Amino acid sequence: MSALPVDKGVAEANGVVLRAIGVEKSYGAVRALKGVDFEIRRGKVTVLFGENGAGKSTLMKILAGIERASAGRLELDGELYDPESTTDAVSRGISIIHQELNLCTNLSVRDNIFVGREIRRRGGAIDYPAENEIARRVMTQLEEDIDPDTKVADLRLGQQQLVEIARALSMDTRILIMDEPTSALSATEAEVLFRVIRELTDRGVAIVYISHHLEEAIAIADHAVVLRDGDVVAVKPAADIDFNWVVTQMVGSEQAAEYAREGIGVGDRVLSIQDLEVPVGDGSGRRVVDRFSVDVHAGEVVCLYGLMGAGRTELLETIAGRGEVVGGRILLGDVDITHLSIPQRLKLGVGLVPEDRQQDGLVPVLSIGSNLSLSSLLALLRRRLISRPRERDEIESEIEDLGIKTSGREMPISSLSGGNQQKVVIGKVLMTRPKVLLLDEPSRGIDVGAKAEIFNLIFRKAAEGYAVLYATSEVSEALAASHRLIVMSKGRFVTEFDAATTTREDVMRASGESLTAAAPGGNS
Amino acid sequence: MTATTVDQATAINDNRRRRLNQVLVEGRALIALAIIIVIFASLSPNFLAPENLIIMTRQVAFNAIVATGMLLTILHGGIDLSVGSTLGLTGVIAGTLLEGWQVPLTQLTAFPSVWVVIVAALSIAALVGWINGVAIARLNVAPFIATLGMLFMARGMALVISDGRTFTQLRGSPELGNTGFLTVAGGRLLNIPIPVYVMIAVAIAVSILLNRTPYGRWLYAIGGNARAAELSGVPTKKVIIRAYVLSGICAGLVGLLLTADLVAATPRAGQLYELNAIAAVVIGGAALSGGRGTVRGTLIGAFVIGFLVTGLVLVGVSVFWQQVITGAVIVLAVALDQAQQRFVGRERTARSAKEPPDRRGDGPQDDKEVATTAS
Repeated sequence: MSALPVDKGVAEANGVVLRAIGVEKSYGAVRALKGVDFEIRRGKVTVLFGENGAGKSTLMKILAGIERASAGRLELDGELYDPESTTDAVSRGISIIHQELNLCTNLSVRDNIFVGREIRRRGGAIDYPAENEIARRVMTQLEEDIDPDTKVADLRLGQQQLVEIARALSMDTRILIMDEPTSALSATEAEVLFRVIRELTDRGVAIVYISHHLEEAIAIADHAVVLRDGDVVAVKPAADIDFNWVVTQMVGSEQAAEYAREGIGVGDRVLSIQDLEVPVGDGSGRRVVDRFSVDVHAGEVVCLYGLMGAGRTELLETIAGRGEVVGGRILLGDVDITHLSIPQRLKLGVGLVPEDRQQDGLVPVLSIGSNLSLSSLLALLRRRLISRPRERDEIESEIEDLGIKTSGREMPISSLSGGNQQKVVIGKVLMTRPKVLLLDEPSRGIDVGAKAEIFNLIFRKAAEGYAVLYATSEVSEALAASHRLIVMSKGRFVTEFDAATTTREDVMRASGESLTAAAPGGNS
Repeated sequence: MTATTVDQATAINDNRRRRLNQVLVEGRALIALAIIIVIFASLSPNFLAPENLIIMTRQVAFNAIVATGMLLTILHGGIDLSVGSTLGLTGVIAGTLLEGWQVPLTQLTAFPSVWVVIVAALSIAALVGWINGVAIARLNVAPFIATLGMLFMARGMALVISDGRTFTQLRGSPELGNTGFLTVAGGRLLNIPIPVYVMIAVAIAVSILLNRTPYGRWLYAIGGNARAAELSGVPTKKVIIRAYVLSGICAGLVGLLLTADLVAATPRAGQLYELNAIAAVVIGGAALSGGRGTVRGTLIGAFVIGFLVTGLVLVGVSVFWQQVITGAVIVLAVALDQAQQRFVGRERTARSAKEPPDRRGDGPQDDKEVATTAS
């Protein structure tokens, strides 16, 4: 908050490129940032830790010119920096890679990299060869062999994320902000990204890094800044921090990353996948799920671990009823559900919590309550109309059972935090009283506290007799939060582990990850 | 202490102003309607005469019924451009049947009773809607294109069936037992024209459909997020097809009502009705992107347009200027609607900030939402 005159020389000696002084941001009556001071240093990785709503993303948006601070100031090289737009920020050498993908999927990789700053020939036409060359160079740097002419829509989610990163790399960037850059990347892809980050810092680029993946963030950090409720609560060099310290600072109290593995042991077989084959959508004859088999029993939590592109999402979606089956079958109890529709499967007891909450899980125009009851309306009828008292009771009991923190079921879905939004999606499925609960990356994009809540909930439901099958790409999560762990690779079943007695090295080796990808090994 | 009191006073004032703003913005269609009534009532003494009100309301009813059907298609994120043609086709079917239908391959002429005529004509309207729905939901044709095609096809069929002529012998004859169409569809009950009753019935039925049945919830869900709705087990294709069937039936109803009203079934009836209907839905606060809109709003929208046009006629504004003014009102209504969306968003953010402290860390998570509403 100090109004000290900044001595440019001193700032440069410390390697400080950008300094935030008393930055505040309010949205109406919400104070997202309450006077934040912090520094970004040349050639260093500054990691921002904080739970959802702590103000990390808001702060980054101000730096990148997407939002303007309500009060306080920013100094770039000791000079006032007040970007009016992202273009303004980019011209000063600051760019951002967003958590949510910001790509025009109908355009090619090259067009996305250069959108808004196309290279022109004389006369105004776009110089495609020049753009292609740069695009290719950047993609090579990211170790991705993607033709610049490929349409982004044809890429996997992880590759799309890399395109986003490539765009930032292709700019002359002095400060690069990365908001959850690895959320869609496999361990191998993330490893490449970390190497790129090191190359960039060696060149003097300052990196600001935000991730919910704490171990990964700790491993890459040079400096740690912890935000809580819009305030900076701690700043430390990376050498002095560890996992527990970060968690403690973030939530204000120590939190165990271990879950009570409740369950009723192995009950009856509920779901049986037998030699399932799902084709890649491009008609090439390849299989995204290839002769995959697994049984899931009542009362157990089975984790499906695999890298990006292993086919986890496709497998779960196919079980839920989206996608084409060309071989094998899916049994629910003794009923063959392979060719039933989604509503039919829901009715029989198969419910999916999709990977992408915003895209596939929630309906923004409906209230929290209406989102919860969306899948079970037919069970709430009285004389062909929705019975309001019954709907209300069901919704209220679900909100209470899942501990959804809201001021009312009529509130809009956007009023909830990520973790609570996720609970709404889970609650929607639970309200159909399924036999099998499928969850795709249930902890994606939610904070540590909410993650623990979600997994405790999953185990509690298993104890109540649900069969649970969920997919994840985080090894520590797979080990901590499952009874059985299935490793999937390239659409195939690789092996199965007892989660309680397995090490992360075993799992990663089985999935085809190199062990060096286990960057944050020191803390496990 | 004084400072606190002043602060409180400002806060109360703020609140009051905010509430006033909210009333102004949310009730804007109703306010617009009130303004139109006040202006024209003062300019023309006849405007508020009971008979004029009745006639205006009957005119409004035609558009309102079509618009209510249109609302269903707009709610899922689509549109139905074919309603005007469906309306014309339905009228022609009714006219053909009432004048006597030459049964193909025979020498017979059938004179079905009035109820059969009504059911048959509405079935054709429903079929037209069903074809739209199937093209959109099953063949993945964009709603705009599918119904644009149907706009031509249905109009064409109306011209083919009628051979371009207008049917005027709609009275039927007692010997044939097909009298009464004009009374059923074009008469008055308690001095209120039948179309007004039909409008009220359709509005109530569709309101219940939207607010109290799974179908309605599903329609909003599809408009809000089709992928999520599908994964949630919503039978999206069936829901969408049914929206177009219902829109077709609404247009068909008006086809019959208008035929009786004009005592003539012309294949050119209902041209440009689709645009008036869309305007009513949009003035009523519906989003063309889907997921937002109400029957009440749509009715008000229809009244705004209807009263505006009739009012302009009454005070002698030229037909040419009428179009200019109507167009401006539509754009203004939508501009106001956008302002309302921003306003409501801001209110929402402000409200969630006042949550009790134990909800710490659970403020609005969707930064994007906050960003758009705050900018």
